[in-house]
Amino acid sequence: MGRKWRGTPLTAADIAEGRVATAEWRPEAKYAWSAGESIGRFLEELQEGHLVGRKCDVDDTVFFPPRSFCQEHFVRAGEFVRLKNTGKVETYSVSYLDTDARRLEEPVYVGVISIDGAAEGMGFMHFLGEVEEKDLAIGMRVKAVWKPKKERMGAVTDILYFKPV
Amino acid sequence: MRKVAVIGAGMTLFRRRLLETGKEMCFQAVQMALEEAGLELKDVDAVVSGSAPDAFDGVHMKGEYLLDGAGGVRKPYMRVFTGGGTACFSPIAGWWHVASGLADVVLVVNEEKMSSITPHPQYAFANIWDPILDRPLKPNLVWIFAMEMNRYMTVYGIEKADIARVAVKNKRNAVDHPAAQLADPNITVDDVLNSEVMAWPVQRLDISPPSDGASALVLASEDVARQVSETPVWISGVGWCIDSTMWTNRDLSFPEYLARAAQQAYGMAKIENPRKEVDVVEPYDPFDYKELHHLEGLLLADKGEAPILTREGVTQRDGELPTCPSGGLMGVGNPIAATMGIKTGEIYWQLAGKAGRRQVPGSPQVGVCQAWGDLMQFSSVMVMRA
Amino acid sequence: MVGIGYEGFPRETPHYSFKELTFEAALKAYEDAGVDPRKDVDSFVVCEEDYWAGWSISDEGAPDQLGGVLRPLHTVSGDGLNGVANAFMQIKTGYFDVVVVEAHSKASDILTYEGILTFAFDPLFYRLLNAHPHFLAGLEMDAFLEDHENTEEDCAEVVRKNRENARHHEAASFGGQTSVQEVMDSEVLFRPLKAAEISPLADGSIVLVLASAEKARELTDQPIWIRGIGWSSDSPWLETRSLAEARYARWAADQAYRMAGLERPRRRVHVAEVDDRFAYKELQHLEALGLAGGNRAGALLREGFYEMKGDLPANPSGGSLGVGNLLEASGLFRVMEIVRQLRGQAGEHQVEGATLGVAQSWRGIPTATGGVAVLEA
Repeated sequence: MGRKWRGTPLTAADIAEGRVATAEWRPEAKYAWSAGESIGRFLEELQEGHLVGRKCDVDDTVFFPPRSFCQEHFVRAGEFVRLKNTGKVETYSVSYLDTDARRLEEPVYVGVISIDGAAEGMGFMHFLGEVEEKDLAIGMRVKAVWKPKKERMGAVTDILYFKPV
Repeated sequence: MRKVAVIGAGMTLFRRRLLETGKEMCFQAVQMALEEAGLELKDVDAVVSGSAPDAFDGVHMKGEYLLDGAGGVRKPYMRVFTGGGTACFSPIAGWWHVASGLADVVLVVNEEKMSSITPHPQYAFANIWDPILDRPLKPNLVWIFAMEMNRYMTVYGIEKADIARVAVKNKRNAVDHPAAQLADPNITVDDVLNSEVMAWPVQRLDISPPSDGASALVLASEDVARQVSETPVWISGVGWCIDSTMWTNRDLSFPEYLARAAQQAYGMAKIENPRKEVDVVEPYDPFDYKELHHLEGLLLADKGEAPILTREGVTQRDGELPTCPSGGLMGVGNPIAATMGIKTGEIYWQLAGKAGRRQVPGSPQVGVCQAWGDLMQFSSVMVMRA
Repeated sequence: MVGIGYEGFPRETPHYSFKELTFEAALKAYEDAGVDPRKDVDSFVVCEEDYWAGWSISDEGAPDQLGGVLRPLHTVSGDGLNGVANAFMQIKTGYFDVVVVEAHSKASDILTYEGILTFAFDPLFYRLLNAHPHFLAGLEMDAFLEDHENTEEDCAEVVRKNRENARHHEAASFGGQTSVQEVMDSEVLFRPLKAAEISPLADGSIVLVLASAEKARELTDQPIWIRGIGWSSDSPWLETRSLAEARYARWAADQAYRMAGLERPRRRVHVAEVDDRFAYKELQHLEALGLAGGNRAGALLREGFYEMKGDLPANPSGGSLGVGNLLEASGLFRVMEIVRQLRGQAGEHQVEGATLGVAQSWRGIPTATGGVAVLEA
């Protein structure tokens, strides 16, 4: 074909040992995101030890996590609805990676948990605990384990993890 | 409607680290594509840029930064962005530049420099999650793929070995790709199954690597294409679709958004029976299971049955439905948006009969490429004809 | 253009998430256009940048609040006017009848605006100077005043005019009476650029609905037509681009005017909304757009040519100096304002009898990229 495939590969050592020129910069990029009406309420309710969803008045679908509008019917959402602390594992993973891709000695169990009382399959991501790896299963019934009330901050981490029922 | 052809493609080597800056990689890919098209930069009316998160290169508004390397100075220059889906989406944006009549010749230039970010590209991926619902859990991006893979395997009863076959096929196909980063002629299913567990069920050899690289395409109107090219490849259908941001609210076992994008593209291309009419396909394969998931989403296999096609050899380069003949992201590498070179670029080379040692037999006439992005929610699809 | 809607433009919107902000704008635009986003819209175009959002792959967060779930939707990493260009091209292919364009600013979520601007500079050269990013605006203004027939007082006059105009815009946050002397006396930050000449940040979301000619006539008896659109970029290198002249704007205007068949624009255009994120930019852009008879924008301004009651009102909305810097929504704001003018729906800042208007965008520091749209009633 006579095509020129170009590019000059480097090794990690080429960079670490200064064989090529580099410039370093740490961006100053900080934010304070407004949670808004629905997620704001969700976080307040977490601090009180409750899970809350929100209803679409068109067909009574209960969204979880709550939102201020129905993305299906494109109308403002209706009432907030308190939900149970229980749900079902829709899927999970056993992770040996931390957020920076460093290896963990002990894996964490993470899953998507759909919440009882919300529309079918509507859940959120959280940790799974008080369970052996071999017992993890899709479809497993679980229950929220909360932080002590005075340690809660209005964040998803106010729940420590979900444990088998 | 104006017909639009691809008349040239180019790409750099894909490697974990390249010396070249993002601009320089773009320049190299553009030169190669223009050379194949027999055109010069002065012949180009507009430039479309594609690149995934700015955090990789470490430049805010990185499209503006890359623009001189991509040939965009003093031209209409447009960056579009759909995460990993950009790999087949910026060519779609290039298509509408020409199909609308606004341009006759368009350069599409995709780039990713993932080696710039330290300590690891995952650092950028940490910020793709919802800042309030997900990020406080300090997630790793592999988690969501692991959870999607687990759901897919569980719902359809798929064995890991059947998924590992995709990694083996693609890494072996990549041996014939001059730009490949992770080709391996001797890899076996056992190698994949015995590789280190990252986030179960994802193991090290189920994943494509982070890479540096760039790729480019030259698109032209019918008049120009017939004048300058012996082997124009026509863009006959395009589609794209996004699902809700709330990825924890849907069943991850089937990519409905992809099925919709595929139907849009097949409809435009007047493809009635894709399984019979498509001769070669390049689905997006950042993980081995994704090739299977995407073959099903592209309606080229029934739900849960793409692993069977793989086991039976249907998706080999000399099979009924050659799939990722380039070697894919699994074998050639994964500089996110720049994988255009092994998706749209590869289908162009295959249909033009210019794929060299990777050429699938029987002079294929219809090809499909696809990419996938955002929070497991977006797909772009293009149907091309010789 | 068959529908417009906005939610804005205060300094901050702590009660809204960016999604809720956009939902409010979208509701209004769809009602205005008479379309149901779940059925009638063929494609959605969202304009944003990851580092404004604080979210890598910000495309992820775009669909729900626009009604774009399980529909064709994509992001343009650019200004809202670039989004309009993409919607225009999609419609011109013949495959799309109705396309929605959205852009927003949630600037109040950003705690380190300057840090992010600095992050847009070349990492190997300019960034290492460790200078405040607005140094580039100072350099440009200096070159512009040196080469063109304009004065520092002319730039101050732009601030006076736009803040005055903004008093008549129902959603502007920075309207007010300011004298040229007050602007001249404000702190010199990047000589000759002064504090009062830098537009402050504001929040808001803008949604526009575009339709093919046939569909537009079905939806409304008052469509506003895109007669021409263009966009262009000068070099990313500060040394090789023109600092004195906004060439990107001239090239974009060449493309848009050619498409529109528009000659002698200064005589024919009734109203212009141009980027004024720094006061000198308005004059620089008016000149590049051929709306100043060469390099005479300052002189025309002094003669009252660009005032609300002048021959060619420039930024009757109040522009970025009066309404606020809306980040990537800045260009979309200008397009929306021209649509309002041509519909005769601009309320207290209506330009009488306007039927032909020009909107122009610039992507801000450190870019030399912008777009131009020619709109007609």
